[in-house]
Amino acid sequence: MKNWVGILIVFLLLIAPALAHHGNAAYDEKTVTVKGTVTEWRWINPHTFLKFDAKDEKGNVVHWIGEWNNPSTLINFGITVKSFKVGEEVTVTMRGMAKSGANLGRVSKVVLSDGQELSMGDER
Amino acid sequence: MNAKTFTIVLLILLPGLGVQFAQERQSGVSVHRDGWDRVVPDAPAAQKPAPAPVRDLTGIWEPTPRYRDGVQATGARNYPADGKPEHELPFTPLGLETWKSHKPGFGVTAVPVAENNDPFNLCDPIGFPRIELFNLRAIQIWQNKNQAQIVYQNSQVWRNIWADGRELPKEILEPRWYGYSVGKWLDDYTFVVRTTGLDERTWIDNVGRPHSDELMVQEIFHRVNQDILELTLTINDPKMYTRPWNALDKFPLRLQPEWFDIREQVCAPSEAADYNKTIAAEAAPEKKR
Repeated sequence: MKNWVGILIVFLLLIAPALAHHGNAAYDEKTVTVKGTVTEWRWINPHTFLKFDAKDEKGNVVHWIGEWNNPSTLINFGITVKSFKVGEEVTVTMRGMAKSGANLGRVSKVVLSDGQELSMGDER
Repeated sequence: MNAKTFTIVLLILLPGLGVQFAQERQSGVSVHRDGWDRVVPDAPAAQKPAPAPVRDLTGIWEPTPRYRDGVQATGARNYPADGKPEHELPFTPLGLETWKSHKPGFGVTAVPVAENNDPFNLCDPIGFPRIELFNLRAIQIWQNKNQAQIVYQNSQVWRNIWADGRELPKEILEPRWYGYSVGKWLDDYTFVVRTTGLDERTWIDNVGRPHSDELMVQEIFHRVNQDILELTLTINDPKMYTRPWNALDKFPLRLQPEWFDIREQVCAPSEAADYNKTIAAEAAPEKKR
């Protein structure tokens, strides 16, 4: 993991994300973008999720979780079980953050280190 | 036939069969793929469908015009729990009380995932009719003179619908997650199915609409033409609702190519536990910092 991996948080009040399949009442309407390193990619039902680590302003490692749609949906948007590798650098945009304040959000887009974007476009 | 000849023949035949193997993945755009990673062609816009075959529902079907149209995350398609007066269900007092005891993840009564008591969260069988009122994806219908069988992508389960003239059980000794179903042809293109004996632990839809042991579900499968099958689903449960209501009304499904592979979409308890531990626990209010 590169030391300079940092955290970039942008809070934007946007339209609430639409639906996935398991409940969104635990999420607010904020948008957050975080740059970090993949620690785990869980390709499971009911929903996939991406775990990644970032560093805060003081250099402390912060664990993040991005929840995404189920595999049956993501596969149609070019996102697969092989989309992320542990140790890979990613920039994750989440629309809808956990109201609990946990470092948890609904993924809307991931940019890989080579610039490739993974998203469901306008669909949620 | 040597390998070179075989390859040439294969290359000639495959496009004619409509098979499209994995094309370059393009994120941000929906390119529908079957379980074998083959690209599913869009419905031809200008082509007039052939007439419907007589008394035949066999084939692989998916919601149309979009394959995700059967998700129904906020409740039965005709009655989403969105607070609109026209979507309020005719609950009996018991029905309303039971609905309020259910804590779904969606709709006007949605709760955070940690408080959710949806039995499907633990991978309890999704049951009928919820299998058609939540995440209705691809289905395959098999049929002979005695029965029709529906195989569902969601949960990879099936139902048998007896069409051999038998009646529904007079007494239910063993309630079932997917009930007891009998069907008969109303005409050459319309198959009517009645289902009873449904386990009360299941929810009717994704927002926790309840049912009792008196639930009777009617499905009308109407083959419009070769390509389109319409499904109308009616809920009749006098303990929970003061009148029958149509959860689906002529919901369209499109016939898929014969090579279409239905993907797995299984609720695995270990995966659900992982999800609940990771996501639900983090989202729980006590996590508030």
